Amino acid sequence: MNPAFSVIFLTTLIGAGQGLFLALFTEQSYAVFHLLPRQGGGFYAAGSLIALVLLAAGLAASFFHLGHPERAWRAASQWRTSWLSREVIALPAFMGVVFCYAVAHWLDMNWVIATLPGGAVVDFTVLLGAVGTILAFVLFGCTGMIYACLRFLREWNSPLTVINFILLGGASGFILAAFYASVAAPELSSFFGAWAIILVLLGLAGRGASLIRNRRLRPKSTMQTAIGVKHPKIVQKTQGSMGGSFNTREFFHGKDAAFLKLVRPGFLLAAFIAPLGLLGLSLSSPATLGLAFLFNYVGLIAERWYFFAEANHPQNLYYQTIG
Amino acid sequence: MTQLALVIDLNVCVGCSACVTSCKEWNTSGSAGPLVDERPYGADPTGTFFNRVQTFEVGEFPATETVHFPKSCLHCEDPPCVPVCPTGASYKRKEDGIVLVDYDKCIGCKYCSWACPYGAREIDEKQKVMKKCTLCVDRIYDKNLAEIDRKPACVKACPTSARLFGDIHDPESVVSIAIRENGGYALMPEWGTHPANHYLPRRKTNLKIHEDELERADNPLKKDGKLPKPSKNEPSLDDISSW
Repeated sequence: MNPAFSVIFLTTLIGAGQGLFLALFTEQSYAVFHLLPRQGGGFYAAGSLIALVLLAAGLAASFFHLGHPERAWRAASQWRTSWLSREVIALPAFMGVVFCYAVAHWLDMNWVIATLPGGAVVDFTVLLGAVGTILAFVLFGCTGMIYACLRFLREWNSPLTVINFILLGGASGFILAAFYASVAAPELSSFFGAWAIILVLLGLAGRGASLIRNRRLRPKSTMQTAIGVKHPKIVQKTQGSMGGSFNTREFFHGKDAAFLKLVRPGFLLAAFIAPLGLLGLSLSSPATLGLAFLFNYVGLIAERWYFFAEANHPQNLYYQTIG
Repeated sequence: MTQLALVIDLNVCVGCSACVTSCKEWNTSGSAGPLVDERPYGADPTGTFFNRVQTFEVGEFPATETVHFPKSCLHCEDPPCVPVCPTGASYKRKEDGIVLVDYDKCIGCKYCSWACPYGAREIDEKQKVMKKCTLCVDRIYDKNLAEIDRKPACVKACPTSARLFGDIHDPESVVSIAIRENGGYALMPEWGTHPANHYLPRRKTNLKIHEDELERADNPLKKDGKLPKPSKNEPSLDDISSW
Protein backbone atom coordinates (compact mmCIF):
# COMPACT_ATOMS: atom_id res chain seq x y z
CA MET A 1 0.00 0.00 0.00
CA ASN A 2 1.05 3.58 -0.52
CA PRO A 3 1.23 5.19 2.94
CA ALA A 4 -0.91 8.35 3.20
CA PHE A 5 0.49 10.89 5.63
CA SER A 6 -3.00 12.02 6.61
CA VAL A 7 -3.72 8.54 7.97
CA ILE A 8 -0.24 8.18 9.49
CA PHE A 9 -0.76 11.41 11.46
CA LEU A 10 -4.35 10.49 12.34
CA THR A 11 -3.43 7.14 13.85
CA THR A 12 -0.24 8.25 15.62
CA LEU A 13 -1.69 11.50 17.03
CA ILE A 14 -4.92 10.01 18.36
CA GLY A 15 -2.93 7.04 19.69
CA ALA A 16 -0.77 9.40 21.74
CA GLY A 17 -3.88 11.36 22.83
CA GLN A 18 -5.69 8.20 23.95
CA GLY A 19 -2.55 6.98 25.72
CA LEU A 20 -2.10 10.29 27.54
CA PHE A 21 -5.71 10.27 28.73
CA LEU A 22 -5.38 6.66 29.89
CA ALA A 23 -2.19 7.62 31.76
CA LEU A 24 -3.91 10.51 33.54
CA PHE A 25 -6.84 8.37 34.56
CA THR A 26 -4.55 5.52 35.65
CA GLU A 27 -2.89 7.98 38.03
CA GLN A 28 -6.29 9.18 39.28
CA SER A 29 -7.40 5.58 39.83
CA TYR A 30 -4.30 4.95 41.95
CA ALA A 31 -5.15 8.14 43.87
CA VAL A 32 -8.72 6.94 44.49
CA PHE A 33 -7.28 3.97 46.35
CA HIS A 34 -4.75 6.23 48.10
CA LEU A 35 -1.80 4.59 46.37
CA LEU A 36 -0.61 7.92 44.99
CA PRO A 37 -1.21 11.49 46.13
CA ARG A 38 -4.24 13.04 44.47
CA GLN A 39 -3.28 15.97 42.30
CA GLY A 40 -5.15 19.23 42.01
CA GLY A 41 -7.78 19.51 39.32
CA GLY A 42 -5.47 21.66 37.22
CA PHE A 43 -3.04 18.78 36.64
CA TYR A 44 -5.72 16.53 35.14
CA ALA A 45 -7.43 19.39 33.31
CA ALA A 46 -4.27 20.63 31.59
CA GLY A 47 -3.17 17.07 30.79
CA SER A 48 -6.56 16.23 29.27
CA LEU A 49 -6.36 19.43 27.28
CA ILE A 50 -3.04 18.28 25.77
CA ALA A 51 -4.69 14.94 24.93
CA LEU A 52 -7.60 16.83 23.38
CA VAL A 53 -5.24 18.91 21.23
CA LEU A 54 -3.57 15.70 19.95
CA LEU A 55 -6.96 14.12 19.22
CA ALA A 56 -8.17 17.24 17.42
CA ALA A 57 -4.94 17.40 15.38
CA GLY A 58 -5.45 13.74 14.40
CA LEU A 59 -9.07 14.43 13.46
CA ALA A 60 -7.97 17.42 11.37
CA ALA A 61 -5.32 15.30 9.63
CA SER A 62 -7.93 12.70 8.74
CA PHE A 63 -9.89 15.25 6.70
CA PHE A 64 -6.96 15.56 4.31
CA HIS A 65 -7.53 11.94 3.37
CA LEU A 66 -11.03 12.66 2.07
CA GLY A 67 -11.98 13.72 -1.42
CA HIS A 68 -15.11 15.40 -0.06
CA PRO A 69 -14.47 16.50 3.55
CA GLU A 70 -17.70 18.55 3.51
CA ARG A 71 -19.64 15.27 3.35
CA ALA A 72 -17.71 13.69 6.24
CA TRP A 73 -20.82 13.76 8.45
CA ARG A 74 -22.29 11.01 6.28
CA ALA A 75 -19.54 8.68 7.46
CA ALA A 76 -21.34 8.11 10.76
CA SER A 77 -24.26 6.34 9.11
CA GLN A 78 -22.97 2.80 8.45
CA TRP A 79 -21.85 1.83 11.97
CA ARG A 80 -23.67 -1.48 11.64
CA THR A 81 -21.18 -2.81 9.08
CA SER A 82 -18.20 -0.45 8.75
CA TRP A 83 -15.35 -0.14 11.26
CA LEU A 84 -14.43 3.18 9.65
CA SER A 85 -17.92 4.46 10.41
CA ARG A 86 -17.60 3.22 14.00
CA GLU A 87 -14.30 5.09 14.35
CA VAL A 88 -15.96 8.22 13.01
CA ILE A 89 -18.46 7.96 15.88
CA ALA A 90 -16.02 6.80 18.56
CA LEU A 91 -13.44 9.56 18.02
CA PRO A 92 -15.72 12.60 18.61
CA ALA A 93 -17.49 10.75 21.43
CA PHE A 94 -14.15 10.12 23.12
CA MET A 95 -13.09 13.74 22.53
CA GLY A 96 -16.34 14.91 24.10
CA VAL A 97 -15.75 12.84 27.24
CA VAL A 98 -12.11 13.99 27.48
CA PHE A 99 -13.34 17.58 27.23
CA CYS A 100 -15.92 16.97 29.99
CA TYR A 101 -13.23 15.28 32.10
CA ALA A 102 -11.00 18.33 31.71
CA VAL A 103 -13.82 20.74 32.56
CA ALA A 104 -14.99 18.67 35.54
CA HIS A 105 -11.46 18.73 36.97
CA TRP A 106 -10.94 22.39 36.16
CA LEU A 107 -14.15 23.39 37.96
CA ASP A 108 -13.58 20.87 40.78
CA MET A 109 -16.88 19.09 40.15
CA ASN A 110 -15.94 16.41 42.70
CA TRP A 111 -19.51 15.37 43.46
CA VAL A 112 -19.37 12.12 45.38
CA ILE A 113 -21.26 9.36 43.62
CA ALA A 114 -20.36 6.36 45.75
CA THR A 115 -18.06 5.34 48.54
CA LEU A 116 -16.45 1.94 48.15
CA PRO A 117 -16.13 -0.39 51.21
CA GLY A 118 -12.42 0.37 51.54
CA GLY A 119 -13.14 4.08 51.91
CA ALA A 120 -12.30 4.92 48.30
CA VAL A 121 -14.47 7.77 47.07
CA VAL A 122 -15.85 7.57 43.54
CA ASP A 123 -16.65 11.09 42.44
CA PHE A 124 -18.00 12.59 39.22
CA THR A 125 -14.55 12.94 37.61
CA VAL A 126 -13.81 9.24 38.26
CA LEU A 127 -17.08 8.33 36.56
CA LEU A 128 -16.18 10.48 33.54
CA GLY A 129 -12.68 9.00 33.51
CA ALA A 130 -14.07 5.46 33.52
CA VAL A 131 -16.39 6.24 30.60
CA GLY A 132 -13.45 7.87 28.79
CA THR A 133 -11.29 4.80 29.40
CA ILE A 134 -13.92 2.53 27.87
CA LEU A 135 -14.23 4.85 24.88
CA ALA A 136 -10.44 5.04 24.48
CA PHE A 137 -10.30 1.25 24.14
CA VAL A 138 -13.35 1.25 21.83
CA LEU A 139 -11.55 3.79 19.65
CA PHE A 140 -8.33 1.73 19.64
CA GLY A 141 -10.43 -1.27 18.62
CA CYS A 142 -12.19 0.59 15.80
CA THR A 143 -8.92 2.03 14.45
CA GLY A 144 -7.22 -1.34 14.54
CA MET A 145 -10.16 -3.20 13.05
CA ILE A 146 -10.30 -0.84 10.05
CA TYR A 147 -7.08 -2.55 8.98
CA ALA A 148 -7.46 -5.95 10.63
CA CYS A 149 -10.87 -6.65 9.03
CA LEU A 150 -9.54 -6.59 5.44
CA ARG A 151 -9.03 -10.33 5.01
CA PHE A 152 -6.96 -10.25 1.85
CA LEU A 153 -4.48 -7.71 3.24
CA ARG A 154 -2.99 -10.55 5.23
CA GLU A 155 -0.22 -8.49 6.84
CA TRP A 156 -3.01 -6.60 8.66
CA ASN A 157 -5.55 -9.39 9.04
CA SER A 158 -4.46 -10.42 12.53
CA PRO A 159 -5.39 -9.64 16.17
CA LEU A 160 -1.83 -8.31 16.50
CA THR A 161 -2.91 -5.25 14.50
CA VAL A 162 -5.44 -4.19 17.16
CA ILE A 163 -3.12 -5.17 20.03
CA ASN A 164 -0.28 -3.11 18.55
CA PHE A 165 -2.47 -0.02 18.07
CA ILE A 166 -3.30 -0.24 21.78
CA LEU A 167 0.27 -0.91 22.93
CA LEU A 168 2.00 1.64 20.70
CA GLY A 169 -0.60 4.35 21.39
CA GLY A 170 -0.43 3.58 25.09
CA ALA A 171 3.37 3.68 25.12
CA SER A 172 3.59 7.06 23.42
CA GLY A 173 0.86 8.45 25.69
CA PHE A 174 2.58 7.28 28.87
CA ILE A 175 5.96 8.68 27.73
CA LEU A 176 4.22 11.99 27.06
CA ALA A 177 2.56 11.75 30.50
CA ALA A 178 5.98 11.21 32.10
CA PHE A 179 7.28 14.31 30.33
CA TYR A 180 4.18 16.31 31.33
CA ALA A 181 4.50 15.16 34.94
CA SER A 182 8.21 16.02 35.03
CA VAL A 183 7.14 19.62 34.38
CA ALA A 184 3.79 19.81 36.22
CA ALA A 185 4.05 17.24 39.03
CA PRO A 186 7.66 15.95 39.33
CA GLU A 187 6.80 13.36 42.01
CA LEU A 188 4.67 11.46 39.42
CA SER A 189 7.11 11.32 36.52
CA SER A 190 8.73 8.09 37.70
CA PHE A 191 5.26 6.48 38.05
CA PHE A 192 4.36 7.33 34.45
CA GLY A 193 7.91 6.55 33.31
CA ALA A 194 7.82 3.04 34.82
CA TRP A 195 4.51 2.31 33.07
CA ALA A 196 5.96 3.76 29.87
CA ILE A 197 8.91 1.34 30.04
CA ILE A 198 6.51 -1.59 30.50
CA LEU A 199 4.34 -0.46 27.57
CA VAL A 200 7.32 0.23 25.28
CA LEU A 201 8.62 -3.29 26.03
CA LEU A 202 5.17 -4.80 25.38
CA GLY A 203 4.87 -2.72 22.19
CA LEU A 204 8.27 -3.94 21.03
CA ALA A 205 7.17 -7.52 21.66
CA GLY A 206 3.84 -7.02 19.84
CA ARG A 207 5.33 -5.22 16.86
CA GLY A 208 8.20 -7.70 16.71
CA ALA A 209 5.68 -10.55 16.68
CA SER A 210 3.78 -8.99 13.78
CA LEU A 211 7.04 -8.41 11.85
CA ILE A 212 7.97 -12.06 12.29
CA ARG A 213 4.44 -13.19 11.38
CA ASN A 214 4.41 -11.06 8.24
CA ARG A 215 7.80 -12.29 7.13
CA ARG A 216 6.49 -15.87 7.19
CA LEU A 217 3.32 -15.09 5.21
CA ARG A 218 2.94 -16.74 1.84
CA PRO A 219 0.53 -15.05 -0.58
CA LYS A 220 -2.80 -16.80 -1.07
CA SER A 221 -3.50 -15.11 -4.38
CA THR A 222 -1.17 -15.83 -7.26
CA MET A 223 -1.00 -14.95 -10.94
CA GLN A 224 -2.70 -18.30 -11.52
CA THR A 225 -5.76 -17.53 -9.39
CA ALA A 226 -5.78 -13.89 -10.54
CA ILE A 227 -6.43 -14.71 -14.19
CA GLY A 228 -7.42 -18.35 -13.81
CA VAL A 229 -4.71 -19.84 -16.01
CA LYS A 230 -2.95 -22.91 -14.68
CA HIS A 231 0.65 -22.39 -15.76
CA PRO A 232 3.62 -21.77 -13.49
CA LYS A 233 5.00 -18.98 -15.69
CA ILE A 234 2.73 -16.01 -16.36
CA VAL A 235 4.19 -12.59 -17.16
CA GLN A 236 2.20 -9.40 -17.58
CA LYS A 237 2.90 -7.52 -20.80
CA THR A 238 0.51 -4.61 -20.30
CA GLN A 239 -1.89 -3.54 -17.57
CA GLY A 240 -4.22 -1.64 -19.84
CA SER A 241 -2.78 1.83 -19.26
CA MET A 242 0.21 3.61 -20.67
CA GLY A 243 1.05 5.97 -17.83
CA GLY A 244 -0.20 4.42 -14.60
CA SER A 245 -3.54 4.75 -12.89
CA PHE A 246 -5.14 5.02 -9.47
CA ASN A 247 -4.25 1.35 -9.06
CA THR A 248 -0.53 2.01 -9.47
CA ARG A 249 -0.56 5.11 -7.24
CA GLU A 250 -2.66 3.91 -4.31
CA PHE A 251 -1.30 0.40 -3.80
CA PHE A 252 2.47 0.75 -4.36
CA HIS A 253 4.71 2.68 -1.98
CA GLY A 254 7.14 3.43 -4.81
CA LYS A 255 10.29 2.83 -2.75
CA ASP A 256 12.79 0.07 -3.33
CA ALA A 257 13.44 -2.88 -1.03
CA ALA A 258 16.64 -1.27 0.30
CA PHE A 259 14.66 1.70 1.63
CA LEU A 260 12.22 -0.62 3.38
CA LYS A 261 15.12 -2.50 4.91
CA LEU A 262 16.35 0.82 6.26
CA VAL A 263 13.01 1.93 7.70
CA ARG A 264 12.42 -1.26 9.70
CA PRO A 265 15.50 -1.06 11.99
CA GLY A 266 15.05 2.72 11.93
CA PHE A 267 11.62 2.68 13.53
CA LEU A 268 12.55 -0.11 15.94
CA LEU A 269 15.46 2.05 17.08
CA ALA A 270 13.57 5.35 17.28
CA ALA A 271 10.23 4.15 18.64
CA PHE A 272 11.45 1.52 21.11
CA ILE A 273 15.20 1.31 21.78
CA ALA A 274 15.96 5.05 22.04
CA PRO A 275 13.02 5.85 24.38
CA LEU A 276 13.91 2.82 26.53
CA GLY A 277 17.49 4.06 26.82
CA LEU A 278 16.40 7.61 27.64
CA LEU A 279 13.82 6.42 30.19
CA GLY A 280 16.53 4.24 31.73
CA LEU A 281 18.78 7.27 31.92
CA SER A 282 16.41 9.47 33.86
CA LEU A 283 12.78 9.36 34.94
CA SER A 284 12.75 12.95 36.18
CA SER A 285 14.59 15.19 33.73
CA PRO A 286 12.12 17.05 31.50
CA ALA A 287 14.74 17.30 28.74
CA THR A 288 15.39 13.54 28.67
CA LEU A 289 11.70 12.65 28.84
CA GLY A 290 10.82 15.23 26.17
CA LEU A 291 13.51 13.77 23.94
CA ALA A 292 12.19 10.26 24.64
CA PHE A 293 8.72 11.30 23.48
CA LEU A 294 10.11 13.01 20.40
CA PHE A 295 12.12 9.92 19.42
CA ASN A 296 9.13 7.68 20.09
CA TYR A 297 6.73 9.82 18.07
CA VAL A 298 9.04 10.15 15.06
CA GLY A 299 9.65 6.41 15.33
CA LEU A 300 5.92 5.75 15.33
CA ILE A 301 5.50 7.82 12.16
CA ALA A 302 8.11 5.59 10.52
CA GLU A 303 6.46 2.53 12.07
CA ARG A 304 3.07 3.50 10.61
CA TRP A 305 4.67 4.23 7.22
CA TYR A 306 6.18 0.76 7.29
CA PHE A 307 2.86 -0.74 8.41
CA PHE A 308 1.25 0.51 5.21
CA ALA A 309 4.21 -0.12 2.91
CA GLU A 310 4.60 -3.70 4.08
CA ALA A 311 0.98 -4.61 3.24
CA ASN A 312 0.89 -6.21 -0.19
CA HIS A 313 -2.50 -5.86 -1.85
CA PRO A 314 -3.57 -8.74 -4.13
CA GLN A 315 -4.69 -6.23 -6.77
CA ASN A 316 -0.98 -5.57 -7.39
CA LEU A 317 -0.90 -8.86 -9.31
CA TYR A 318 -2.90 -7.12 -12.04
CA TYR A 319 -0.66 -4.03 -12.11
CA GLN A 320 2.94 -5.05 -12.66
CA THR A 321 3.83 -3.81 -16.13
CA ILE A 322 2.99 -0.53 -17.80
CA GLY A 323 3.07 -0.92 -21.54
CA MET B 1 -33.34 -13.13 -7.61
CA THR B 2 -31.54 -11.68 -10.57
CA GLN B 3 -27.79 -11.30 -10.78
CA LEU B 4 -26.70 -9.54 -13.92
CA ALA B 5 -23.15 -10.26 -15.01
CA LEU B 6 -20.70 -10.42 -17.85
CA VAL B 7 -19.13 -13.61 -19.11
CA ILE B 8 -15.86 -12.98 -20.91
CA ASP B 9 -14.55 -15.60 -23.29
CA LEU B 10 -10.74 -15.53 -23.19
CA ASN B 11 -10.74 -18.00 -26.05
CA VAL B 12 -12.22 -15.39 -28.35
CA CYS B 13 -10.87 -12.06 -27.03
CA VAL B 14 -8.29 -10.62 -29.41
CA GLY B 15 -7.30 -7.71 -27.17
CA CYS B 16 -8.52 -4.96 -29.51
CA SER B 17 -9.70 -2.71 -26.62
CA ALA B 18 -12.91 -1.80 -28.43
CA CYS B 19 -14.73 -2.56 -25.14
CA VAL B 20 -12.42 -0.12 -23.33
CA THR B 21 -13.04 2.80 -25.68
CA SER B 22 -16.73 2.07 -26.00
CA CYS B 23 -17.08 1.90 -22.19
CA LYS B 24 -15.18 5.14 -21.72
CA GLU B 25 -17.20 6.88 -24.43
CA TRP B 26 -20.55 5.85 -22.97
CA ASN B 27 -19.68 6.46 -19.34
CA THR B 28 -17.89 9.76 -19.85
CA SER B 29 -20.95 11.13 -21.64
CA GLY B 30 -23.57 10.31 -19.02
CA SER B 31 -25.39 12.48 -16.52
CA ALA B 32 -22.94 11.44 -13.77
CA GLY B 33 -20.31 13.65 -15.37
CA PRO B 34 -17.15 12.84 -17.28
CA LEU B 35 -14.58 10.23 -16.33
CA VAL B 36 -11.35 12.09 -15.69
CA ASP B 37 -8.73 11.92 -18.42
CA GLU B 38 -5.51 13.78 -17.73
CA ARG B 39 -2.81 14.41 -20.35
CA PRO B 40 -4.48 11.94 -22.76
CA TYR B 41 -1.99 12.79 -25.48
CA GLY B 42 0.95 13.61 -23.19
CA ALA B 43 3.87 11.52 -22.11
CA ASP B 44 2.23 10.41 -18.89
CA PRO B 45 -1.48 9.90 -19.57
CA THR B 46 -3.76 8.83 -16.73
CA GLY B 47 -7.45 8.63 -16.10
CA THR B 48 -10.34 6.64 -14.73
CA PHE B 49 -11.53 3.62 -16.65
CA PHE B 50 -14.23 1.13 -15.74
CA ASN B 51 -12.74 -1.51 -17.97
CA ARG B 52 -9.19 -2.29 -19.03
CA VAL B 53 -7.75 -4.97 -21.27
CA GLN B 54 -4.58 -6.43 -19.84
CA THR B 55 -2.24 -8.78 -21.66
CA PHE B 56 -0.33 -11.69 -20.19
CA GLU B 57 2.21 -14.02 -21.68
CA VAL B 58 1.81 -17.58 -20.49
CA GLY B 59 4.69 -20.03 -20.81
CA GLU B 60 8.28 -19.70 -21.92
CA PHE B 61 9.47 -18.88 -25.42
CA PRO B 62 8.90 -20.51 -27.86
CA ALA B 63 6.01 -22.32 -26.13
CA THR B 64 4.10 -19.18 -25.22
CA GLU B 65 0.56 -18.06 -25.49
CA THR B 66 -0.73 -14.50 -25.31
CA VAL B 67 -3.80 -14.08 -23.15
CA HIS B 68 -5.80 -10.87 -23.46
CA PHE B 69 -7.65 -10.33 -20.24
CA PRO B 70 -10.41 -7.70 -20.01
CA LYS B 71 -10.94 -6.66 -16.39
CA SER B 72 -13.76 -4.67 -14.84
CA CYS B 73 -15.83 -4.78 -11.64
CA LEU B 74 -16.97 -8.37 -11.13
CA HIS B 75 -20.19 -7.42 -9.28
CA CYS B 76 -19.45 -9.93 -6.54
CA GLU B 77 -22.40 -11.71 -4.98
CA ASP B 78 -20.71 -11.11 -1.60
CA PRO B 79 -18.96 -7.81 -2.33
CA PRO B 80 -16.29 -6.97 0.30
CA CYS B 81 -16.29 -3.31 -0.82
CA VAL B 82 -19.90 -2.65 0.23
CA PRO B 83 -19.99 -3.27 4.02
CA VAL B 84 -16.80 -1.25 4.64
CA CYS B 85 -18.22 1.95 3.10
CA PRO B 86 -18.78 4.40 5.99
CA THR B 87 -21.45 6.44 4.21
CA GLY B 88 -23.53 3.80 2.43
CA ALA B 89 -22.52 5.30 -0.94
CA SER B 90 -21.37 1.86 -2.06
CA TYR B 91 -24.27 -0.55 -2.39
CA LYS B 92 -25.46 -3.68 -4.13
CA ARG B 93 -28.87 -3.48 -5.80
CA LYS B 94 -31.30 -6.13 -4.62
CA GLU B 95 -33.25 -6.24 -7.87
CA ASP B 96 -30.40 -7.06 -10.25
CA GLY B 97 -27.25 -7.52 -8.15
CA ILE B 98 -25.36 -4.59 -9.69
CA VAL B 99 -22.80 -3.02 -7.31
CA LEU B 100 -22.99 0.77 -7.59
CA VAL B 101 -21.54 3.92 -6.03
CA ASP B 102 -23.76 6.88 -5.19
CA TYR B 103 -21.48 9.73 -6.31
CA ASP B 104 -23.47 12.22 -4.22
CA LYS B 105 -22.80 10.32 -0.98
CA CYS B 106 -19.21 9.20 -1.61
CA ILE B 107 -16.68 11.10 0.53
CA GLY B 108 -13.69 9.81 -1.43
CA CYS B 109 -12.02 8.00 1.49
CA LYS B 110 -10.83 5.19 -0.83
CA TYR B 111 -11.48 2.54 1.84
CA CYS B 112 -13.65 0.49 -0.56
CA SER B 113 -10.79 0.29 -3.05
CA TRP B 114 -8.62 -1.19 -0.29
CA ALA B 115 -11.34 -3.76 0.34
CA CYS B 116 -11.51 -4.94 -3.30
CA PRO B 117 -8.95 -7.66 -4.07
CA TYR B 118 -9.38 -7.13 -7.82
CA GLY B 119 -8.47 -3.44 -8.08
CA ALA B 120 -11.79 -2.81 -9.82
CA ARG B 121 -12.41 0.61 -8.26
CA GLU B 122 -10.66 3.75 -9.43
CA ILE B 123 -11.06 7.18 -7.90
CA ASP B 124 -11.93 10.08 -10.17
CA GLU B 125 -9.16 12.57 -9.35
CA LYS B 126 -11.29 15.53 -10.49
CA GLN B 127 -14.66 14.67 -8.98
CA LYS B 128 -12.93 13.07 -5.97
CA VAL B 129 -15.35 10.17 -5.78
CA MET B 130 -14.87 6.44 -6.28
CA LYS B 131 -15.99 5.10 -9.62
CA LYS B 132 -16.41 1.66 -11.10
CA CYS B 133 -18.26 -0.35 -13.75
CA THR B 134 -22.04 0.13 -13.51
CA LEU B 135 -22.86 -2.60 -16.04
CA CYS B 136 -24.24 0.41 -17.98
CA VAL B 137 -27.18 0.63 -15.61
CA ASP B 138 -28.21 3.82 -17.45
CA ARG B 139 -28.44 1.88 -20.70
CA ILE B 140 -29.71 -1.63 -20.07
CA TYR B 141 -33.11 -0.42 -18.80
CA ASP B 142 -33.51 2.51 -21.21
CA LYS B 143 -36.86 2.02 -22.97
CA ASN B 144 -35.87 4.65 -25.55
CA LEU B 145 -33.27 2.29 -26.93
CA ALA B 146 -34.15 -0.59 -29.21
CA GLU B 147 -34.28 -3.84 -27.27
CA ILE B 148 -31.13 -5.10 -28.98
CA ASP B 149 -29.21 -2.04 -27.72
CA ARG B 150 -30.16 -2.54 -24.06
CA LYS B 151 -26.80 -4.11 -23.29
CA PRO B 152 -23.62 -2.73 -21.73
CA ALA B 153 -21.57 -0.63 -24.15
CA CYS B 154 -18.64 -3.05 -23.97
CA VAL B 155 -20.81 -6.00 -24.97
CA LYS B 156 -22.22 -4.08 -27.94
CA ALA B 157 -18.72 -3.07 -29.05
CA CYS B 158 -17.00 -6.44 -28.95
CA PRO B 159 -16.26 -7.48 -32.55
CA THR B 160 -15.68 -11.14 -31.66
CA SER B 161 -18.62 -11.55 -29.25
CA ALA B 162 -16.20 -12.39 -26.47
CA ARG B 163 -18.48 -10.61 -24.00
CA LEU B 164 -21.82 -12.09 -23.00
CA PHE B 165 -24.33 -10.34 -20.76
CA GLY B 166 -27.19 -11.79 -18.79
CA ASP B 167 -28.60 -13.15 -15.54
CA ILE B 168 -26.38 -15.84 -14.04
CA HIS B 169 -29.19 -16.88 -11.66
CA ASP B 170 -31.39 -17.90 -14.58
CA PRO B 171 -30.15 -21.38 -15.55
CA GLU B 172 -31.39 -20.98 -19.12
CA SER B 173 -29.75 -17.60 -19.78
CA VAL B 174 -26.99 -17.34 -22.37
CA VAL B 175 -24.44 -16.59 -19.63
CA SER B 176 -25.45 -19.53 -17.42
CA ILE B 177 -25.27 -21.91 -20.35
CA ALA B 178 -21.87 -20.52 -21.36
CA ILE B 179 -20.51 -20.92 -17.81
CA ARG B 180 -21.96 -24.41 -17.48
CA GLU B 181 -20.96 -25.79 -20.84
CA ASN B 182 -17.63 -24.08 -21.42
CA GLY B 183 -15.94 -24.30 -18.04
CA GLY B 184 -16.66 -20.76 -16.81
CA TYR B 185 -14.65 -19.80 -13.72
CA ALA B 186 -14.39 -16.95 -11.19
CA LEU B 187 -11.26 -14.91 -10.37
CA MET B 188 -9.47 -15.36 -7.03
CA PRO B 189 -12.01 -17.84 -5.64
CA GLU B 190 -9.87 -18.05 -2.48
CA TRP B 191 -11.47 -14.92 -0.99
CA GLY B 192 -15.06 -16.13 -1.12
CA THR B 193 -16.31 -12.99 -2.86
CA HIS B 194 -18.33 -15.04 -5.38
CA PRO B 195 -17.79 -12.78 -8.38
CA ALA B 196 -20.83 -12.63 -10.66
CA ASN B 197 -18.67 -12.05 -13.74
CA HIS B 198 -17.13 -15.24 -15.06
CA TYR B 199 -14.39 -16.02 -17.54
CA LEU B 200 -14.35 -18.79 -20.11
CA PRO B 201 -10.92 -20.43 -20.43
CA ARG B 202 -8.73 -20.73 -23.51
CA ARG B 203 -9.59 -24.04 -25.11
CA LYS B 204 -8.46 -25.98 -28.17
CA THR B 205 -10.64 -28.40 -30.09
CA ASN B 206 -8.73 -31.65 -30.19
CA LEU B 207 -10.00 -34.87 -31.79
CA LYS B 208 -8.39 -38.04 -30.50
CA ILE B 209 -8.26 -40.69 -33.24
CA HIS B 210 -7.15 -44.18 -32.29
CA GLU B 211 -5.24 -46.31 -34.78
CA ASP B 212 -7.98 -48.90 -35.04
CA GLU B 213 -10.27 -46.07 -36.10
CA LEU B 214 -8.02 -45.21 -39.08
CA GLU B 215 -7.98 -48.83 -40.17
CA ARG B 216 -11.07 -50.63 -39.03
CA ALA B 217 -10.24 -53.92 -37.43
CA ASP B 218 -13.70 -55.23 -38.24
CA ASN B 219 -13.72 -54.13 -41.89
CA PRO B 220 -15.86 -56.82 -43.63
CA LEU B 221 -13.82 -56.51 -46.85
CA LYS B 222 -10.70 -57.42 -45.00
CA LYS B 223 -12.44 -60.29 -43.30
CA ASP B 224 -13.55 -61.57 -46.69
CA GLY B 225 -10.02 -61.23 -48.01
CA LYS B 226 -8.76 -63.50 -45.37
CA LEU B 227 -11.08 -66.37 -46.41
CA PRO B 228 -9.57 -69.08 -48.62
CA LYS B 229 -10.03 -68.17 -52.27
CA PRO B 230 -12.63 -70.48 -53.89
CA SER B 231 -11.48 -72.57 -56.85
CA LYS B 232 -12.60 -71.50 -60.32
CA ASN B 233 -15.01 -74.37 -60.86
CA GLU B 234 -16.72 -74.11 -57.54
CA PRO B 235 -20.18 -72.61 -57.70
CA SER B 236 -20.27 -69.01 -56.79
CA LEU B 237 -22.78 -67.32 -54.61
CA ASP B 238 -25.18 -66.62 -57.44
CA ASP B 239 -24.44 -69.72 -59.52
CA ILE B 240 -23.46 -67.59 -62.51
CA SER B 241 -19.71 -67.29 -62.27
CA SER B 242 -17.13 -69.18 -60.29
CA TRP B 243 -15.66 -65.76 -58.95
